[in-house]
Amino acid sequence: MTTETLIWLIPFPPVLAFFLIVLFTNKNKVLSHTLAVGAAFLSWLGSMIVFVRALGVEHLGEHPFESSVNWLPTGDTWFRIGVLIDPTGAAVLFFVSITIFMIFLYSVGYQNYGQPQGDHDVKGLPPHGATVEEHGHKHVVPSVEPMYSRFFAFLGLFAFGMYVLVVSDNLLTFFVGWEIMGLCSYLLIGFWYAKPSARDAAVKAFMTTRIGDVFMLLGIAYLYSATGTLSFREIFTEETLQALATTMTPVLGLSAAGLIGLLLFIGTVGKSAQFPLHVWLPDAMEGPTPVSAMIHAATMVSAGVYAVIRMFPLITADFTGHGLTTTMSIIAFIGAFTALFAATIAVSQNDVKRVLAYSTISQLGYMIAALGIGAYVAAAFHLITHAFFKALLFLGSGSVIHGMEHGVLHTGNHHVDPQNMFNMGGLRKKMPITFWTFLIGGFALSGFPLITAGFWSKDEILADAFGHGYWWVFGALALAAFLTAFYTMRQITLTFLGEPRTKEAEHAQETPWPMTTPLVILAFFAVTYGWVGIPEHFPGLGGLVPNWFHEFVGGTLAEHPEALAFNWIPLITSLIVALGGLFFGWLVYRNVNSVSEDKLQIPLLKNKYYFDEAYDVLFVKPAYWIAETLVYKWMDQRLIDGTLHIFGPVTDKIGSFIRYYIDLLIVNQAVGDGSYKVTWWFGRNLRGVQTGRIQQYLMFALVIFMLVGAALYFYFRYFRLVA
Amino acid sequence: MVPLSWYLILAAALFSVGLFGVLSRRNAVAILLGIELMLNSVNINLAAFWRYGNVLDMAGQVFAIIVFAVAAAEVAVGLALVISVYRKRNTVIADDIDLMKW
Repeated sequence: MTTETLIWLIPFPPVLAFFLIVLFTNKNKVLSHTLAVGAAFLSWLGSMIVFVRALGVEHLGEHPFESSVNWLPTGDTWFRIGVLIDPTGAAVLFFVSITIFMIFLYSVGYQNYGQPQGDHDVKGLPPHGATVEEHGHKHVVPSVEPMYSRFFAFLGLFAFGMYVLVVSDNLLTFFVGWEIMGLCSYLLIGFWYAKPSARDAAVKAFMTTRIGDVFMLLGIAYLYSATGTLSFREIFTEETLQALATTMTPVLGLSAAGLIGLLLFIGTVGKSAQFPLHVWLPDAMEGPTPVSAMIHAATMVSAGVYAVIRMFPLITADFTGHGLTTTMSIIAFIGAFTALFAATIAVSQNDVKRVLAYSTISQLGYMIAALGIGAYVAAAFHLITHAFFKALLFLGSGSVIHGMEHGVLHTGNHHVDPQNMFNMGGLRKKMPITFWTFLIGGFALSGFPLITAGFWSKDEILADAFGHGYWWVFGALALAAFLTAFYTMRQITLTFLGEPRTKEAEHAQETPWPMTTPLVILAFFAVTYGWVGIPEHFPGLGGLVPNWFHEFVGGTLAEHPEALAFNWIPLITSLIVALGGLFFGWLVYRNVNSVSEDKLQIPLLKNKYYFDEAYDVLFVKPAYWIAETLVYKWMDQRLIDGTLHIFGPVTDKIGSFIRYYIDLLIVNQAVGDGSYKVTWWFGRNLRGVQTGRIQQYLMFALVIFMLVGAALYFYFRYFRLVA
Repeated sequence: MVPLSWYLILAAALFSVGLFGVLSRRNAVAILLGIELMLNSVNINLAAFWRYGNVLDMAGQVFAIIVFAVAAAEVAVGLALVISVYRKRNTVIADDIDLMKW
C-alpha cells in the first residue's frame, strides 16, 4: 500500500467503529469496546507506519506525502480535497494516535468493564456501585457504566474528527473535522445527561466554541474569496502569501493575510480555550475523565493550536522579522495573558481535574504566545510534549478519582467528593503506579530540569522569547511557569503525600491494568520525548543527541528557522522557576490538612475572576431577556399575535359581509334561485309546443328553416355583398 | 348535353314532392316513402354536381353511395319501428302516435 493510500485510510476505522456500535453492537459491551479499541489500534498502526516512512524521506517539507481528489465542481474548476502529511503533520499524527489509543484503552477500565451491573444505576448518571456477596458478607464494588457502548461510539467519532483534521490538506475538511469534534465534545461532556451541571457544561462548551467557529468560518470564506483555494500547499506559495500580505483591508489597518490569520485565530481562541473564551473548559470537567483527557490533551484543544501552526506561514506573511505585526502581537498577547491568568486561577482550585483544566488553558497560552512571537518549532514541540504529559495527568487524575470512588463505595459515605484534593492525601502508598506516573507527568508539566520533556519544550519557548527580545512575553511566561510548578506541587502534595485525610482516602485502591498501562506508556513519552529536541548549544548535553525535532519540524516551513544561540539567562530563569515553584508548593502544602488552612483560597481566584458571573450579566442574561421579554413577550405575543388578532375580527367582518350580501343575496337568490325560476317559467309557458305529433314538429322545423334561410339570404344579398 | 339547372330543378321538384308527402300523409309508411324521395333528390344533386364538376374527383359519387347506405339503414329501422308500433297500438297513423307530448 502506498503511503498516500494509507493516510487516506487512517481516519476511517474509528468512524466505522462508531457506526457499527451505534447500529449493531450497542447491546453488546465486549463487542463494542473491542471494535472501538481495535479501530483505535488500526489507526495508531497506520499512523506509526506513516510516521516511520515520513522519517525516511529527505526534505519532507518540500516533498510531503500528498494526494487529492476532485470533490466539488466550482464552475470550470474543481474544489479538491485530499490528505497531506508534512513534517509537522507527521509529528502531530504521532502523538495524536498514541494518546487516542491510550485513552481508548484506559476507558475500558474507567467505565468499569467487567464489573457487575449497578443496583440502581440509570442511564445518564455515573454508576453508583453494586452490592455483591462474597465469603458470606456483602460489600459495594464499582458498577459498570450503563451506557458503556455509547461512550465508545462517541469516542470513535471524536477520534475520526481529529484524524480528519490532522491529515487534511485543505481548510475545508480541516474545518469539518474541527466541527465533528465540537459536536462530540458536546455529546461527551454531556454524557451523563441526567446531571444538570453536565448538561449546562455541554451547552456552554458548544456555545462558546461556536463563537470562535463563526469567526473561523468567516476567515475561511475570506481566504477562499481572496485566493480561490483552500489547499494549504497552494496558499503557502510565495506569490499567494505575498499577494495576501500586500492587500490592505479596512479593518484595523491589517493586511488580508493579517485579517484572515486573526479570524482563524479567533476560532483557535474558542477551541483552545484562550482568554476570553476560556470559560467552557473548566466546566467541561463534568464529562467522564477519559473525555477530559481526550478534549484537553489529545484532540480538541491541540487542534486549536495545530490550526495556528498550520496557518503559521499565513499569519507571518507580512512579518519581516523586525517588530511583530498587529495580528502576531494580538496572538502573543492573548497567549501570554492566558498563560499567566489561568495559572493564577489554578492555584486556588480544589478539584483535582479543575486544576488540570486551568493548567491546560495556561499551557495552551504558552504555545499560542510562542506562535505569536514566531517561535514555530518551540510551539509545536511544546504542543506535543504537553499532549503527552497532560494526557498522562488527566488519566492519572481519573485513576485517582476512580481509586477514591472505591473508598467512597467502601465507606458508603456519598457526601465525600472523590474529586476534592482536600479529601485525599497519602495516596502514594495506596496507588503506587498512579503516584509515580502522576509525579512524572507533574514534573514534566512543571518543567523539572533535564529529565522531563516539559523542561525542554518550555525552555525553548522561554529562550525564543528572550532571544528575540520580547521581554513582556518572557516575563509573563516565566511567572506563569513558576505558578505552574507551584500548583502542580500543591496538587501532588495534597493528593499523594502526607497522611490520608479521610477514611475514603484510606480505602482507596489501585486501578486495574487497562487504566495503569496507558499511564506507564504515556509516562515514558512524557520523559523521553523531550530528548529529541535538546538544543545543540546546550551546555553539556547539547550535541549528544541531534536536535532531531528542530530539523524535522522546522523543515515544514519554506524558510527553515535558525537554531537560536544559547543564552544562560532563560536557562537559569527556567531552572529557578521550575525548582522554586516545586519547592514552594511542597513547603506550603506539606502541613495543610483542610481547606481552611489553605492561604490561597482567595475569593477572586476561587471564583475565576468572576468571569462566569460577568458573562452571565453581559451575555447570558441579555440573551434571556431578548428571548423571553423582547422576542417572546413583546414581539411575539404583542406585535405578531396582536397583528394576528386584528386579522381575525377583520376577516370575520369581511366574511359576514360576503355571506349576507354576496353569497345569500346574489349567488343564492339571484343566480341560484333565479335561474331555476326562469327555467321553470319558460318550461311552463313553452311546453304547449310539445304536442307529440311528428308532422307538427316537422312543420315547425320547416318554417324556422325557411325563416332563417330567408334571413341569411337577405343578409348576404343586401348587406354583406353591398359592403 | 342537358344543362345542370334541369337536374337541379328535377331534384328540387322531387324534394318538394317528398316534403309534401312527409308533411301531409297520415300513414307512417307513407311518411317514410316521402323521406326516401327527399334523400334521392339529394342523390340526384350529388351526381349532377359531380358530373358537371371535376369528373376525376370521385367525392360526389362516393357520397351518393353513402347516402344510399344510410337511407337503406334508416328504412330498415323505420319500418321495424312502424311494425312494432302497429303491433302495440294497432295503428300506423302518425297523429295517433302522440305519447311523447307534454
